[in-house]
Amino acid sequence: MKYLGITLERPKIGIFDFTGCEGCQLQIANNEASLKDLFGLVEIVNFREISSERRDDYEIAFVEGSITTDSETARLKKIRKQAKILVAMGACACSGGVNNLRSRFSLPETIKEVYGEHHIDSGPVRKLKDIVPVDIELPGCPVSKNEFEWLVRNLVLGITPQFPTYPVCVECKQRLNSCVVDMGMICLGPITRGGCNAVCPRNRFGCWGCRGPSDEVNFESLMEIHIKRGFSEEQVVERINFFNTFSGIFK
Amino acid sequence: MKIKIDRPINIEIKHMTRVEGHGDIKIRVENGKLAECVWKIVETPRFFEVMFKGLPIEMAPILASRICGICSISHALASARAIENAMQIEIPEAAQKARVLAKHAETLQSHTLHLFFLIAPDFLNALSVIHVIKSNQRLVELAAMIKGFANNASDLFAGRTTHPVVIKIGGLTQVPRKKQLRELAKDLNVTIPYLWEALDVFKKFELPDFTRETEFVSLKGGDCYPFIGGDLVSSDGVRKKEDEYLAMTNEYLVDFSTSKFTRLSRESFAVGALARFSNNYDLLHPKAKEVAGMLNIKPGDFNPFFHNLAQLVECFHVIYESKDMIAELIDSDTSEFSIPYKPEQCEGVGVVEAPRGILYHYYRLNKDGKIEEADCVIPTSQNHANIYYDLQSFVEKLIAQGKGEEEIGHLAQMLVRAYDPCISCSVH
Ligand code: SF4
Ligand code: SF4
Ligand code: SF4
Repeated sequence: MKYLGITLERPKIGIFDFTGCEGCQLQIANNEASLKDLFGLVEIVNFREISSERRDDYEIAFVEGSITTDSETARLKKIRKQAKILVAMGACACSGGVNNLRSRFSLPETIKEVYGEHHIDSGPVRKLKDIVPVDIELPGCPVSKNEFEWLVRNLVLGITPQFPTYPVCVECKQRLNSCVVDMGMICLGPITRGGCNAVCPRNRFGCWGCRGPSDEVNFESLMEIHIKRGFSEEQVVERINFFNTFSGIFK
Repeated sequence: MKIKIDRPINIEIKHMTRVEGHGDIKIRVENGKLAECVWKIVETPRFFEVMFKGLPIEMAPILASRICGICSISHALASARAIENAMQIEIPEAAQKARVLAKHAETLQSHTLHLFFLIAPDFLNALSVIHVIKSNQRLVELAAMIKGFANNASDLFAGRTTHPVVIKIGGLTQVPRKKQLRELAKDLNVTIPYLWEALDVFKKFELPDFTRETEFVSLKGGDCYPFIGGDLVSSDGVRKKEDEYLAMTNEYLVDFSTSKFTRLSRESFAVGALARFSNNYDLLHPKAKEVAGMLNIKPGDFNPFFHNLAQLVECFHVIYESKDMIAELIDSDTSEFSIPYKPEQCEGVGVVEAPRGILYHYYRLNKDGKIEEADCVIPTSQNHANIYYDLQSFVEKLIAQGKGEEEIGHLAQMLVRAYDPCISCSVH
């Protein structure tokens, strides 16, 4: 029962939050049917949102949110030092997520718009990886509650988790959904990695790419499909940039 | 002669637990007098008003939901409604009903999370729900079943429990099929008795005795208990139209908080379940009124701990009203759930009652359908000032009763928790 060379038996876990909406951690409490089993599998020693117990002897840290201040940077480094395995949980932690949308404007401009001349401590939006090494990235906005539990089971059993790399389209077709592109919507399913069971197209809503790139990303053909259906390049680009999950590979 | 020794009290609670987001409490007592007492919001801002700028309106409800993981459905609805109001379009009736049902599912989800997971441990002497499993397993089972139903209902009416995918400008991407509605109705009937069973447990909780009169702000219902849209009302007699929201909120900045504070007719006002309950009691479902009677809570009660009782009353309201509405939806034509629109230069406000209170979204758009300006006023930011003044008056009372440091710290946190603050949302 080893992962990254560490033996884990009923590992102690901590769940931490930075700049985000706390929707990812909520998914942990959301699987009510298996919540009790989860608490049996691991020992949760630090989970501020639902528990007043706060211990610092955790081995696995699940970290939600982006980093935007110096005090957050310091707190993250402390967590990194303690945790044997650090999991970035959700798009905010993995890529900056929607927080990145404000990076289109300068920081002073941004602060002034909301707070006027009032002093506010805030810096640029950073993902966890910009500051500390991250062992595992759990994608999504929010993360999928099933995938979270799957990951925990893998860690407890010492199995290196293999996230799906095939595109959302695969799961979408398996569920026999009608393709929303044919209904006149933008969908990033062809370039986004699966694992969410195509929840958006399932609900007649295009994929927004919250889980980041699949193994083979072909922006040109994605663009072509959409332009053929009357969308502008700008519209598709806006969509690709929404969660910032394609940054680095899309320019 | 007995000498009274006034030991100094120094309480500093950093990143308070069992609340959503980051807030600190600082209390200092010197010579038996309250020297300092602050409710400090230290959440880091995300600057949503800036994020919205320049985005196409279609993205607004999707981005808006990310303001808060717990009340994401309310944010998406307020956002879509603001833009629909701006363009002066009215969504089809089936979509209106399904939106209210999505809202009810969220209210039940959020209230149950708060009551069972965040509040109950205080009354059961436990650190968390994880510890309650050992001492009161049945309560946790009830929570799981009630919340499970609320999650299923959210999945059905909003596409998922957190960050809805079916709410779009002009209506919804789909409404549930009749077969799904019938199944959910069955699920609902099974859930109702669990709620009554849980009521028996909550009835026994002894709430701290504390009252500070305040002003209650909420939507005013016309023919039903209000959740989406309508007039804005306060218990001090202010009444405004939906688009006059700025007259109700009067935001201002304080130096110890990254969240803005608000005021209306007095130093602070309160929003949320108790305010809604108090301002709209007559419109509650008869079963919910029955529960209010059993809990001994009336409109005009100002004990902030009664927020939790009002939440419980609302759980009954939303589940019984959902039962009626699902039946209506099964019997009605649901083929129209979205209407087309054409963006123009305009501005609009959308107001909903989020689980924690009245929520305002405002947008100004240009003729290309891009957002030029956005403003969101969050329930918890409206409650911060009230929490702040409550805390001072409550702690003064506790000092007068001769309570010690530990107990004051514990009760102060319980007071803040009673409001179910959603701090990351209030800073956004
Ligand atoms: S990734 Fe999405 S759900 Fe998770 S914290 Fe960020 S905004 Fe919230
Ligand atoms: S709807 Fe999207 S995910 Fe589904 S098949 Fe079409 S493009 Fe792929
Ligand atoms: S369909 Fe796309 S946007 Fe929706 S959850 Fe899956 S990856 Fe995220």
